[in-house]
Amino acid sequence: MIQEFKKVIKSYVIGMLWLLGLLWPMLGIHPDGTLTFQKTVTVWSYIVAGSFVCLLIYVMKNSGALDFVAKPLAGVSSNLKSASNTLPTWVWIVVILVAACLYPQFTNRYATDVAINVLLYICLGLGLNVVVGLAGMLDLGYIAFYGVGAYTYALLNTVYGVGFWFSLPACALTACIAGCIVGYPTLRMRGDYLAIVTLGFGEIIRLILNNWMSVTNGPNGILGIDRISWFRFVFEDGMTFEHMWVKKLQLFYYFALGLAVFTAIGVNRLNYSRVGRAWESIREDETAAELMGVNTFIYKLLAYAMGAVFAGLAGAFFAARMKFVSPESFTFLESAMVLCMVVLGGMGSIPGIILGVMALIALPEVFREFEAYRMLVFGATMIIMMLFRPAGLIPAKRMGTRSEEKEG
Amino acid sequence: MEYFIQQLINGLTLGGMYALIALGYTMVYGVIQLINFAHGEFFAAGGYIGAIVLAYFAGVGYMESHPIICLTASFMIAMAYCAYLAIGVEKIAYKPLRKQSRLSALLSALGMSIFLSNGMMLTQGVYDAIYPSELFQGRFDFGMISVSYLQVTIVTLTAALLVGLNILVFKTKIGMAMRATAQDKTMSALVAISSNRIISLTFAIGAGLAASAGIMYGLYYGSVKYDMGFVPGIKAFAAAVLGGIGNITGAMLGGLIIGMVEIFGAGYISGEYKDVFAFIILIAVLYFKPTGIMGENIDDTRV
Repeated sequence: MIQEFKKVIKSYVIGMLWLLGLLWPMLGIHPDGTLTFQKTVTVWSYIVAGSFVCLLIYVMKNSGALDFVAKPLAGVSSNLKSASNTLPTWVWIVVILVAACLYPQFTNRYATDVAINVLLYICLGLGLNVVVGLAGMLDLGYIAFYGVGAYTYALLNTVYGVGFWFSLPACALTACIAGCIVGYPTLRMRGDYLAIVTLGFGEIIRLILNNWMSVTNGPNGILGIDRISWFRFVFEDGMTFEHMWVKKLQLFYYFALGLAVFTAIGVNRLNYSRVGRAWESIREDETAAELMGVNTFIYKLLAYAMGAVFAGLAGAFFAARMKFVSPESFTFLESAMVLCMVVLGGMGSIPGIILGVMALIALPEVFREFEAYRMLVFGATMIIMMLFRPAGLIPAKRMGTRSEEKEG
Repeated sequence: MEYFIQQLINGLTLGGMYALIALGYTMVYGVIQLINFAHGEFFAAGGYIGAIVLAYFAGVGYMESHPIICLTASFMIAMAYCAYLAIGVEKIAYKPLRKQSRLSALLSALGMSIFLSNGMMLTQGVYDAIYPSELFQGRFDFGMISVSYLQVTIVTLTAALLVGLNILVFKTKIGMAMRATAQDKTMSALVAISSNRIISLTFAIGAGLAASAGIMYGLYYGSVKYDMGFVPGIKAFAAAVLGGIGNITGAMLGGLIIGMVEIFGAGYISGEYKDVFAFIILIAVLYFKPTGIMGENIDDTRV
C-alpha cells in the first residue's frame, strides 16, 4: 500500500509541476515586456490545494482509511436501495410527477424559468440518448435538429401564421426528414468517422441557417414568434374555437412537463420494444446483428430519425418560449453540452439522464458567480466521468458487456 | 487568369496550414486509432503563445532590432509549448483509456477539447489577441498578381517543415520506430520499442506542427481567438481523411486540396458557404472512398 501511495504521489507531483509549466506562459508573460510569477503561482496553488484534497480522499478510500465513514454510508445507501426496491417503480414515478406538478406553485418566476430549461434539455438528452445510448452511434451534430424544429415553428408562425399545435407535427416531420437526409449518407460509417461527419452536418445546417438571408434572416434571427396558444370553445353564436395565448410561465411549464413526460415514455417504450432490442444488438456488435437478420441500416436510420424527432419537438417549444430564434443558439458547444449531460447521467439510462440534466443546468444556476468556469467544468466532467465511471452516475441496467470492451 | 493564379497562391498558403494541422491528426490516428479532438486546440494554443511571445519581445524592444530572431524564437517556443501540452494531455486523458472502448476515448478527447479552449479563454480573455502587422510589409508584384512576403515566408516554412517531417519519419531510426508502432504495437514492443514513448513523441510532433500552423494563421489573419481551433481542426481532419488517414504524404496532399477547394469555392461559388466545402468533401470521401486517395486498406470495423 505504501508503495502504491508513493507511486500516486510521484505522478501527482510530476503532473502538478507540468501544469505549472503550462500555466506560466499563459499568465506570466506580459505584452509590456515584464515577466511575473505571482498570479501564476496563486492560480496554481488553488488548483494544487483543490486537487490534493480530492487525491487524498481518493487514496484513502482505496486504501480503506476512510472505512469508518464509507461503511456506514454504504450501509445507508444499500438500505435506501432496498427501501426503494420494496416500493414498486410506479410509486416513485408518481411521487416525482406530483413533485414536478406542484413545483411552480411554490417557486418564483426565475426558478420556474430554470425548470423549463431543464425540461427542454431533458427532452433533448433523452432524444440524443436514443442515438448514443440505445443505438451506440456518437452524434455530434444533434443540436442541428433542435434548430430545424425551432426554425420550422418560427417560419410557419411568422410567415404563414400557423398556430403552435398545428406546427408541432410539422416540426417533428421536418426534423425527421432532416435526420433522414443527414443519416442516409452517413450511417454507413461507424464509430469515430460517424462522429466527425455528424459534426460536419451539424455545422452545415447551422451555416445554412446563418447565410440563407431570404428565408431565415441570417444571423439576425427571427423575431416576434407567437407564444403557445390553446383553444377553447366559444358558444355565442354557434360553436367556434377561439385561441388564448398562454401568457403565464406556469402554464408553459406544464406544457414543457408534458413534453418531457411524453419523451420519457416514448423512449422507454422504444427501449423495450423489438426496435429497442435491434438497437441494442447493433450497439453491442453490428456485424453479429447483421448476421442475425437485423436490417442494421434501417434501424440505424430509424434511431437517428427518432432522435431528431424529439429534438424537433423540443425545438418548437424553445422557439415558442424565447419568441426569438437565431443560429447562435445551435452551435457545436450546445451539442457537446447535451452529450455531456447524457454521458454524466449514464448512456441509455432515463433516470440517469434526468439527473445529468439537472446537475448540468440547475447547478450552474446555483453557482452563478462561477459562470465563466461553466464550460471548463463541463469539459473536465466529461474526462473525469470517462476515466472513473464510464457508465455514468446511474448506469443503465443491461446484460453483458460490449464486445469492444472485451477485445481490449 | 490573373484572378485564378492569385487564388492559387492564396490556396497554397491556406492549404499548407491545413496540411500542418492534418499531419497531427493522421499521425496520432496511425499510432493509436483515435481522433484527437483536442488537436485544434493545440493549434489555437500555438497561435496564442506566438502572440504572447511576440508581444513580449515588442515590449522589451527586441522586435525592432532583431525581427527575424524574435520570430524564430516565437516559433520555437510555441512549438515546444504545444508539444509539452500534448504530452500531458495524452498522459491524462488518453493513456488510461487506451484499453477501453473507442467511444470513451472519443468522449474524453471531446471533453479535453472543450476544457482546453475554455482554459485559454479564462487565461487570455474572450477578445482577439493581436499579432504585430508590421513584420512583413512588402509584396512582390507580377502584373496583376501580387504575392506578399508573408505568403512567401509561410509557404517556404511549411515546405521546410513538411520535408523535415518526411526525413524524420522515413529516414531516421525514430521514424522507423514510429512506423513500426503504427503497424503492430505488440511486435514492435518485442523488438524493444517503447510504445508509450513513441506515442508521446507522435503527439509532441503533431502538436508542434499544429503550433507552427497556429502562428502562421495569426500572422496571416492578424489575430487569434480562443475558439479558433475548432473549424480549422475539422477542416484539417477532412484533409487527413481525404489523404487517407494514417498516411503522412496523404495528409499533406489532402491539406493542400482542402485549402485550394476552400479558396476557389469562396472565390468562384460563394464566400458565405466557404466552410461548407470542406465538410462536403469530407462526407463525399467517406461515402465513396473511405480509404482516401492515398490510403491503404483499413480495418473494416471503422468505416
